[in-house]
Amino acid sequence: MSTARDEILRRIRGALSDVPAGESAGEVRVAREYRRRGCSDRADVLELLSERLVDYHADVRRVPAAAVGASVGEACRRLGLLRVAVPEALPAHWRPDGVELIEDRGLTARELDALDGAITGCAAAIAQTGTLVLDGEGTCGRRILTLVPDHHICVVRASQVVELVPEAIAALATAVTERRAPVTLISGPSATSDIELSRVEGVHGPRHLLVLIVADSGGAQGPGA
Amino acid sequence: MTDAAVHPSFPEAARVALADTQLRHNIGHATHTIRTKRAAAVAELPDWEQLREAGRALKERVLRHLDEHLLELEAAVQRAGGIVHWARDAEECNRIVADVVAVAGVDAVVKSKSLTTEETKLNEALAERGISAWETDLAQLIVQLGNDTPSHILVPAIHKNRAQIRELFLRTLPDAPADLSDDPRALAEVARRHLRRLFLETRVGISGVNFAIAQTGTVSVVESEGNGRMCTTLPEVLISVMGIEKLVPTWQDLEVFLQLLPRSSTAERMNPYTSLWTGVTDGDGPREFHLVLLDNGRTDVLADEVGRQALNCIRCSACLNVCPVYERTGGHAYGSTYPGPIGAILTPMLSGLDAAGSLPYASTLCGACYEVCPVKINIPEVLVHLRAEKVEHSRRAGGTAARLDPERLAMQTMARVFASRRLYEAAQRAGRLGQRPLVRRGRIDRLPGPLSGWTSMRDLSPLPDQSFREWWREHRA
Repeated sequence: MSTARDEILRRIRGALSDVPAGESAGEVRVAREYRRRGCSDRADVLELLSERLVDYHADVRRVPAAAVGASVGEACRRLGLLRVAVPEALPAHWRPDGVELIEDRGLTARELDALDGAITGCAAAIAQTGTLVLDGEGTCGRRILTLVPDHHICVVRASQVVELVPEAIAALATAVTERRAPVTLISGPSATSDIELSRVEGVHGPRHLLVLIVADSGGAQGPGA
Repeated sequence: MTDAAVHPSFPEAARVALADTQLRHNIGHATHTIRTKRAAAVAELPDWEQLREAGRALKERVLRHLDEHLLELEAAVQRAGGIVHWARDAEECNRIVADVVAVAGVDAVVKSKSLTTEETKLNEALAERGISAWETDLAQLIVQLGNDTPSHILVPAIHKNRAQIRELFLRTLPDAPADLSDDPRALAEVARRHLRRLFLETRVGISGVNFAIAQTGTVSVVESEGNGRMCTTLPEVLISVMGIEKLVPTWQDLEVFLQLLPRSSTAERMNPYTSLWTGVTDGDGPREFHLVLLDNGRTDVLADEVGRQALNCIRCSACLNVCPVYERTGGHAYGSTYPGPIGAILTPMLSGLDAAGSLPYASTLCGACYEVCPVKINIPEVLVHLRAEKVEHSRRAGGTAARLDPERLAMQTMARVFASRRLYEAAQRAGRLGQRPLVRRGRIDRLPGPLSGWTSMRDLSPLPDQSFREWWREHRA
């Protein structure tokens, strides 16, 4: 039945008659002379992440590991978040007191639309671009969780922060190739510049993004760990 | 792409656009703002040139082995539970999409911004089958509500200002409050409320594709507002339409394009949201995923060894923002889904020189587009190549009338004169005599007959009394 497929492949092969028959794709040289590993100090990388997140109007707090739950709780009270969605895997010590937490066991879009926010972790964060990387597993939660509610609170462990984009892509390779993980890169709250190029935040995704960068307790772990 | 066939030529359309001062103001403001921001975002990366070169080379790798890469993508998407369709042309593409929607049993779909479905006129085709397609990108919504067409790849409604948008929303959105202000914040809020309802209700989503990864079958949408995430996450059925050139070989290659695209496009270090999905994921997102691979003239572009590089394009729109022609005419004058410098080369190759033969001339060949292109498309080279094709094409297609075309005869005569020193010097002498009645105060400000076009915008320097060669002969002797 696939006549369109055959026809398109035939057209492509006809169009490429100048390409030598023996040439393989790998023989077309690609020079990767761009930076693939950062070389900044850890402290500078964390500082860069905060700075870049703030630049895109995310709220950023640096918190000690023992104070994550309290910081999340304080943020929820300040923002007036009463009912908040969390992935089942969210660690107990990240969970705030005094806020109704709804664990995601297949929440629908409508149910999430009625909630005030979501609290998640991430798989990695990119300092260079101020980007949070979520891979749909564990503390990241399903994609819908960080999309429908108005507030997103994201906890980033310092060991998950990489400096450059290529380092994050490398860190995600296994999740994508082996688990076919759905990946979402988030850089600041949702925004549009469609009207006279003036930036408006909070179009369809969360209007507000709070990032808590947590100093690691104990041994340093690699991104995605 | 049949749109170019019924559209006036670029010079005719440009004349109308140039007379619209509001349009010129809006486009001028937008292009200058983004241009300045882009330069700053690019300057931040010390390895920008290396990234550009890698981006170009990766696209070359994909295109020279496009058949293998497409088959690899197809197999990977199928392994991940997706369904792959192939479409030779716009009509076939639209039929495939409409059939999937019909099987899903719905009469409305939500759409995230997609130039490719703009190219195939998918919305119109769906409407004929009784299916409403709701555009969800704010600018696309503005364009759709106004029965308008996009004028810029990145910011399609940039030709409209806030007052015009306010008036449009009041007229077309039932939930817009009567006291709606023209503050972009208030306007975006009305659109948010209007679209939120649609996102929650609609069971089929349609998206374009920024990059598809042959190795893993992963598909990506790069965006800012979150409407792309909504369209690719909330519905039960997702249909993504991509041109066959939107491939990158491996997962790793994203590290290049995710740096090139945002900085070239919105001049951001990274756009707010990038979604990457591989087939279907149990319990997370759509349970049915269709990927439509569209040719629609792309294999014709591929067959042109000079023009092939146009398929490198990642639709960033940096070339529009630096183009002195686009800056003044805006996008509509190009009469194509793809305006600006990239459109001036892509459209004639996709839809033929008969339909869009005036577009290769819609450029001053200044080369600014080539300099900013993140995948190093040599647009001026392709423009010149297409102009030569156009001349050849007219000669072949035009018969006797074309052979006797005055411009053509003049060019042939000039070629003969320039090829011979004797004829050239005779022509100089004749010209010196002939120009006498035309020279006023050392300038020629009006040429006669068909040559008057040249002097309608500029003066001409007269031929000097003595050429260098003549001077040399006199003084050496």
